[in-house]
Amino acid sequence: MAASAYVWLFLAAAYFLIPLYATLAFSLKKNEAGTPCCTLANYSWVIHNGDFWHTIKISFLLAIETIVISLLLFVPTIYWVHLKLPKLRPVIAFMALIPFIVPPIVMVVGLLRVFRGTPHWFYAEPWGFLATAYVILAFPYMFFSLDAGFRSIDVHTLTEASQSLGASWPTTLFRVILPNIRSAALAASFLTLAIVLGEFTIANLAAFHTFPIFLQYVNESQGFPAGALTLLSFMITWAAMLSLLLVGRKRAARGALITGPR
Amino acid sequence: MLGAFQDKSDNATLSNIRLLFNHPYIDAYKTSIEISLVTALLGGVIGLFIAYAALRDGTPKFFRAGLLTFSGVAANFGGIPLAFAWIATLGPLGVVTVWLRSAGWDPSAHGFQLFSKTGVELVYMYFQLPLMILVIAPAIEGLKREWREAAANLGAKPWQFWRYVGIPVLMPSLLGAMILLFGNSFAAYATAYSLTSGTVNIVPVLISAYYTGNVLDNPHIAQSLAFGMFIVLAAMMLAYIPLQRRSARWSK
Repeated sequence: MAASAYVWLFLAAAYFLIPLYATLAFSLKKNEAGTPCCTLANYSWVIHNGDFWHTIKISFLLAIETIVISLLLFVPTIYWVHLKLPKLRPVIAFMALIPFIVPPIVMVVGLLRVFRGTPHWFYAEPWGFLATAYVILAFPYMFFSLDAGFRSIDVHTLTEASQSLGASWPTTLFRVILPNIRSAALAASFLTLAIVLGEFTIANLAAFHTFPIFLQYVNESQGFPAGALTLLSFMITWAAMLSLLLVGRKRAARGALITGPR
Repeated sequence: MLGAFQDKSDNATLSNIRLLFNHPYIDAYKTSIEISLVTALLGGVIGLFIAYAALRDGTPKFFRAGLLTFSGVAANFGGIPLAFAWIATLGPLGVVTVWLRSAGWDPSAHGFQLFSKTGVELVYMYFQLPLMILVIAPAIEGLKREWREAAANLGAKPWQFWRYVGIPVLMPSLLGAMILLFGNSFAAYATAYSLTSGTVNIVPVLISAYYTGNVLDNPHIAQSLAFGMFIVLAAMMLAYIPLQRRSARWSK
């Protein structure tokens, strides 16, 4: 192996690992001088912070709401398209690219305008407006992951077998189809989890207090606890992505791996 | 989108669009496009080298698996946590800054500012490089070693192989990946906002100032700014199609 290859890999490793190390070093400091050397005070600050628990609860519940709504919407739809309307598949694939191409900042400007004048319980609550925006944001990842899942099974044979044994449509969907696309659905869910837990743009412009907003507030006000929080946030991303790699079929996962709050 | 063409009392107008070509709005577009171009080109080229270094014959196999797994995760690092990680590294009190200063070389005295355009570009590379590596890896694996050997047998030097075989074969994927990188960086908001506390003049930050700041007197300006972003991205996609067609004739 050529020496230049080692140089490139070494430089890349340095570039990617030093900021992670710096964050860790920051999270263990108490003051600028860094004395005493290492302290866990910042972590205990995080654990005893009411706003932390409050915002992370909102973010988690939002993520779960988004995942449930998306799965309820998209699993039957994509199933139906694969079974009866294969000609519509390219149309939906094109629609799924739109949230991918339109930047979130453009999307939120449009959404704020479209939903202006909707009732207070929708517009001013994260469970209404923000969840709607996140379902749209998650659509491409849901679609491409589920689509790959449906393509890898024989939808027609499974459906016919289930129906000729006397199963109703809901039974077919929940007890035959769903178990077969479980890994695709799980992969899509982990991606959505990672997206919602890190999403800042839409929450900030629509003025909702989610976990990334709290993180930004701490970054601006208290440097050293922010190190602990940042590391925690990275670990959530790691966990979501590694679970994705574990459950996802390689092909389904690779196409869908590219996401993330910017 | 229609809001871009309306004035404060919702009458149809083009004045918001015309405003985009004036100071300070046009400057924001210039900065945004410049940052996106720089990070797409540099990210594309450096990402290609890193991916090639890990995937070429002779590099142990575990480098490949490690790099692709790490890229899969790192491509998803972004936004607020990423900005903080870099502040902890190269900010005024950052670990590397302190270290360099004690070694007698102060980066800020040499014109480096993390909160400037250069700083934003440096930080963006953190998610641009992994994305590039993920996207280009399949294309690099498609470069067959037989082609290299055939070229060498015919007396080609390494640079000739790259000039006449390697680069043309990789070109369609390379162009596509760079367009993706451009869009990725053009759309980025949270990282730059958090890094610079909203002082860098890029379009998404400007849009958000109209919503979160105290200057909200005309939301239509924000809407027309958003419309302008959409146009730039659409133009990029349109430019990509003929380029792709021209370079894809090799991949039949």
